[in-house]
Amino acid sequence: MFRRVSGLLIAVVLAASACGTSDTSDTSGTAAAPSASSGAPAASAPAATELIVFAAASLTGTFTELGKTFEAAHPGITVKFNFGSSATLATQITQGAPADVFAAASPATMKTVTDAGLAASPTVFVKNKLQIAVPPDNPAKVESLKDLTDPKVKVALCAEQVPCGAAAIKALDAAGIKVTPVTLEQDVKATLTKVELGEVDAALVYQTDVIASDGKVTGIAFPEADQAINDYPIAVLSKAPAGPLAQQFVELILSQQGKDVLTKAGFQAP
Amino acid sequence: MTLTAQLRITRAAFRLDLDLDVAPGEVVALLGPNGAGKTTALRLLAGLTRLTDGHIILDGLPLHHQATEKRPIGMVFQDYLLFPHLSALDNVAFGLRCHGTGKAESRRQAAEWLARVGLTDHAGARPRQLSGGQAQRVALARALAIRPRLLLLDEPLAALDAHTRLEIRSQLRRHLADFDGATVLVTHDPLDAMVLADRLIVIEHGGVVQTGAPVEVARRPRTDYVARLVGLNLYRGVATGNQIKIDDVLFTVAERLDGPAFLAFAPSAVALYRTRPDGSPRNLWQARIDGVERHGDNVRIHLDGPLPAAADITPAAVAELDLTPGQNIWASVKATETHIYPA
Amino acid sequence: MRETERMPVAGRLPWVLVLPAVLGLVFLVLPLAGLLVRAPWSTLGQRLTEPQVLEALRLSLVTATIATLICLVLGVPLAWCLARLSFPGRRVVRALVTVPLVLPPVVGGVALLLALGRRGLVGQWLDSTFGITLPFTTAGVVVAEAFVAMPFLVISVEGALRAADLRFEDAAATLGASRWVVFRRVTLPLIAPGIVAGSVLCWARALGEFGATITFAGNFPGQTQTMPLAVYLALETEPEAAIVLSLVLLAVSVIILASLRDRWVNSP
Repeated sequence: MFRRVSGLLIAVVLAASACGTSDTSDTSGTAAAPSASSGAPAASAPAATELIVFAAASLTGTFTELGKTFEAAHPGITVKFNFGSSATLATQITQGAPADVFAAASPATMKTVTDAGLAASPTVFVKNKLQIAVPPDNPAKVESLKDLTDPKVKVALCAEQVPCGAAAIKALDAAGIKVTPVTLEQDVKATLTKVELGEVDAALVYQTDVIASDGKVTGIAFPEADQAINDYPIAVLSKAPAGPLAQQFVELILSQQGKDVLTKAGFQAP
Repeated sequence: MTLTAQLRITRAAFRLDLDLDVAPGEVVALLGPNGAGKTTALRLLAGLTRLTDGHIILDGLPLHHQATEKRPIGMVFQDYLLFPHLSALDNVAFGLRCHGTGKAESRRQAAEWLARVGLTDHAGARPRQLSGGQAQRVALARALAIRPRLLLLDEPLAALDAHTRLEIRSQLRRHLADFDGATVLVTHDPLDAMVLADRLIVIEHGGVVQTGAPVEVARRPRTDYVARLVGLNLYRGVATGNQIKIDDVLFTVAERLDGPAFLAFAPSAVALYRTRPDGSPRNLWQARIDGVERHGDNVRIHLDGPLPAAADITPAAVAELDLTPGQNIWASVKATETHIYPA
Repeated sequence: MRETERMPVAGRLPWVLVLPAVLGLVFLVLPLAGLLVRAPWSTLGQRLTEPQVLEALRLSLVTATIATLICLVLGVPLAWCLARLSFPGRRVVRALVTVPLVLPPVVGGVALLLALGRRGLVGQWLDSTFGITLPFTTAGVVVAEAFVAMPFLVISVEGALRAADLRFEDAAATLGASRWVVFRRVTLPLIAPGIVAGSVLCWARALGEFGATITFAGNFPGQTQTMPLAVYLALETEPEAAIVLSLVLLAVSVIILASLRDRWVNSP
């Protein structure tokens, strides 16, 4: 037990050091399908029937749908998902969790995995953009980012330690606006809940979250959001037990069909 | 009468019906076996248990509708129930404080009471540092300090060892003599009752079976329980003149009486014979030895047969008669050592 | 004197008990050892003096203490009612008291928002009548902590009340003490060890509270960011800082509880 605890901590430390460096390394990722995934040893993959995908929690709806599409196209194959916080998933992968594909919500978390030599050449497959989320009745009459500076408007932001918080700071900086939030939430879902319950008048969350909320919050686009776009990279893991299947799944995500499903959910093509 | 009470309570497995009158300064002991309802009677008087029916009048004022804390009572519990977190002095002062006396004055009076029970040196002691006898005295001081009109004592000496008991009993007797209110004492120890009480009320199965002065009750027990308590053999029969027939045995007695009567005699009055004695001694019957046990300096022989009885004889006599359990034997009692009274 | 009276029955240790006990202790302490081994000792002093750390620590101690006091004021009478009064539905009430124990704290936080939030059942009225909104305030932190921690106090105190000898209360009544005086001067001192134990549990739970707090009160440094919230967010980016914060929280609570124990629990 002791070794596992300390091992986990090492992984967390690694993830942290990855976060500390800049995100630029991943901006080179293009839409071109990577020819990598060479690490998958064909010999150790005798007719895989199972594909294991680790994906960021924000991808739950879209990836589940695309997983069914994949199963339909590959009879006898089952796609299993592990959705969660990208940082947690990255830790699990570096700790040896058996996974074929990793789709992260930020380049930084993906870098943890590539730095550990467990994946090569990740590809950015979608981008996610911030919106101002307000309750449907918009009690504070928020219309633009500037309205959030009004001290009477209660604003929730994600904590700067989590991706949506970092993005919010970037956007606000770009707009040259200083907002004093009443709370810095631990993740985007918690932030959204505060808006849904009307505890705050506005929050900065991802466009996909607004769409997923199914009308419980209203999204307001703002131009400065373009300054803080979040990239989602995907990669086949080098030890992928399912081998070529993993590559085929990534190809589906990058295909027009995949793009359609993702953009419908509010993601943007890279 | 200071106290007039009709205590009635009916529960699924228990019933109590007891009339009680206690004069000022009088000590009445409720005597009875376990489960007879003695403690319940005290709790009814204290208001800790609710009356089903009846009343409690103290000094002409009805008490039964009042909450416990409003009743002018003092109570000493069987295991004293001194508050473990308070010193002896504060235990005694507790009731005074509750009655609105100031802190300093309460402590002053409490100290007086502790002096009266001879515990000045232990005023600061916590209850667990006190001996049983000391704790009993603190409990008594605590109950008396609030100057109650009715003092309730629940088995006040039961938790003490034999030696301490003797000493505390005589002290208690003195304190009770000084107390001018009514006292109701519950005990199952006849000696406590005899020494402490002016009057006994014997309760069995929730009802009164006998009342009277201690000497009267001791001389003329009316139930097996009382007879056992006071150490007498007791029988019920029908008397004609100076004879009474108990079962098939005809006793000749010194007193004259007609009709249903009790016959009582002490175990020491019984004489035992291995064979039927010569001549024709009266009051002779045959019995079987059921048990033999030491009883003080003598030996008590339990006799079985038509007339179960206890007989006290000397150890020398036991050896001489070579008595063993199961053996058949003859027993007799002298007419002058019997006592009969109307049933 | 007591010691010699209570000589052990036999010289042999009862292994059946000692072995699981040792395993249990190891199980509890090992994760702590993990933290200690990984702690960045060299930068410890510097991290400790960071104003945000001290701020979060101060906030944690203050809110946990106030929450415990609130739990005492409300929880002891509640425990008394459960232990001493018989009323219809008492079992249901007792079960309801344990709800915060069973509820995942985050759900508890949402429930608090639905009740006391700006648009909540009662919160709406609080806002419109008194202009009070609890979420995102330090008071909100106290509310969330009290909600989650109160069952620990109520259950401990109710247990103590049930174990206490009722006849002491009878004795006090015969001495003229009203119910309130009986409660204050006899019952409370008698169950003091139970109350102390319950308060300790309650305080410790409040100190470590995370889910309900972050959900109901949010997270803002100096206002609602307690140590557990700071720890959680630090874990996202700076695990070393998270370890330091955890150790600080642990050390402070251990020191406080140990000193309290000596003062309160050992006295009669």
